[in-house]
Amino acid sequence: MQNLFDWITGNQQLIYIVILMIFVGIEVIGRVPSVLHTPLMSGANAIHGVVVIGAIIVMGKAETDNYLALILGFLAVILGTLNVVGGFVVTDRMLEMFKSKKGKQKSQ
Amino acid sequence: MELNILTLCYLVGSITFILGLKMLSNPVTARKGNLIAAAGMTIAIFGTIFLYSDDEGPLQNYAWIFGGLIIGGIVGTMAARKVKMTAMPEMVSMFNGMGGACAALISIVEFNHLMKLHEGGIGGEISGGFLLIILLGLIIGSVSFAGSMIAWGKLNGSVKDFSFKGQHIFNMALLITMLVLAVYMVINAGTDNSIIFYIIFILSLSYGLFFVFPIGGADMPVVISLLNSFTGVAAACGGFLYNNPVMLTGGILVGAAGTLLTILMCRAMNRSLTNVLIGSFGGTSAKSGTGPAKDQGLFREISLTDAAVIMSYANKVIIVPGYGLAVAQAQHACHELEKLLEEKGVDVMYAIHPVAGRMPGHMNVLLAEADVPYEKLKEMETANEEFSTTDVVLVLGANDVVNPAAKKDADSPIYGMPILDVDLAKNCIVNKRSMKPGYAGIENDLFFQPKTSMLFGDAKKVLQDLIIEIKNL
Repeated sequence: MQNLFDWITGNQQLIYIVILMIFVGIEVIGRVPSVLHTPLMSGANAIHGVVVIGAIIVMGKAETDNYLALILGFLAVILGTLNVVGGFVVTDRMLEMFKSKKGKQKSQ
Repeated sequence: MELNILTLCYLVGSITFILGLKMLSNPVTARKGNLIAAAGMTIAIFGTIFLYSDDEGPLQNYAWIFGGLIIGGIVGTMAARKVKMTAMPEMVSMFNGMGGACAALISIVEFNHLMKLHEGGIGGEISGGFLLIILLGLIIGSVSFAGSMIAWGKLNGSVKDFSFKGQHIFNMALLITMLVLAVYMVINAGTDNSIIFYIIFILSLSYGLFFVFPIGGADMPVVISLLNSFTGVAAACGGFLYNNPVMLTGGILVGAAGTLLTILMCRAMNRSLTNVLIGSFGGTSAKSGTGPAKDQGLFREISLTDAAVIMSYANKVIIVPGYGLAVAQAQHACHELEKLLEEKGVDVMYAIHPVAGRMPGHMNVLLAEADVPYEKLKEMETANEEFSTTDVVLVLGANDVVNPAAKKDADSPIYGMPILDVDLAKNCIVNKRSMKPGYAGIENDLFFQPKTSMLFGDAKKVLQDLIIEIKNL
């Protein structure tokens, strides 16, 4: 039990962030029209690609002879980047479709 | 000094994520919001690469890091640019899985690192809290990865629904075993439990598979949205591991917003989340729907010319698009038909059911691609008020969203889902490729009603022929 209390005390700032972000997350998208459900999901998908930062740290801290960590970390960086870049590009493409007035350059 | 700048980078990153999500939920600002979040992400990533340092010193292995970033960046951009409009849902699921896998891999590396420190006697006591976070990242990340891959396969048709008797109990048992093992590891944090760690890894992967396997393809959007919020939480675990605020804000933000979005999507279908997850929609329950279909009698076919005539001389036509339109890539032909009818003085609009297609908003995106004006797209409530004064409803490849069974038949698996009341219109022309039931696997009474006539064929082909017929009148 003491362990748990210590852990909470040690991480209280992070715990506060978690609680606040839960409310912000709910509040921020509360009134989204159903038209935007898919792009919003896709955008959120890109944002959780922030996990790639963890992969970069893992990679950067791995000893140069620890091949298991290097290979797994490398894979993690690739996958995380895929998530971020792919996510944002797909979302942009979806939203491009909503622009009807100016973006007419290539309607077949 | 460098660390202060990094703190600033993370702050900017976190703010852009919140702003980005906020702007993404409004049609006018959505695109900008996406770009802002992307910019914040770039700042956070490059800040980490160049400025991050901890008690072990700054980051090394730059060649590997940049190698990974470049490969991931190029492949990601190519995949996202090449993918067809209709396949975007799958793509989102795929990218989501990649994020989950990334979180799981981080946990594996960190666990090995922890064990090594422990063996060397440098790390001292392993903290239970730290281990708990690693395990959470592993479990949630792996479930999200495996689940997303199945969802991806289901949407592109390579994975079929699969369920067996007692699957829910099996899944439950799997989940409980996983959690018990995890708790055991946390309590006995001092000992080397590597084997249990990998058992948990394998169990979480299989749980992800079995969790999504029985859920019908029509419910995949909800599942993807749920897995999306899972991955958010897994990313937040990384935030705890590295004391990294931007990972934490980004992850939890998506976790919370994703969960709400999942609930909103379910609400649009008038179903509860548990019903989606446990109901095995379209699986076993479809049998009750196909039963009475046999004695439903005859349906009426209509010729292209007749269809062209009644549409050209109508006052008001409402088009109801569905997944069939997306599959046939018929959105341009559809827009052309609409313009042609407008020239003839017919009032044309589109009725968009919130869950038409494979994803909410799928039809809006598709029709916007063909430059259909935004004002012509009517949401379900507005459209339902229009149907009674409508002469012709043209249903293009939609099925379950116009099935009156959702209102009348309490045994039907889709009972209670709000539908478009197309049967209020004077005439209803349904375009389908065949009489096969829709995605939910239920027969549709609408097709057998006297006011309904069927126009079989691929949506694009039929629309093009219809356009020629109308021009020839």
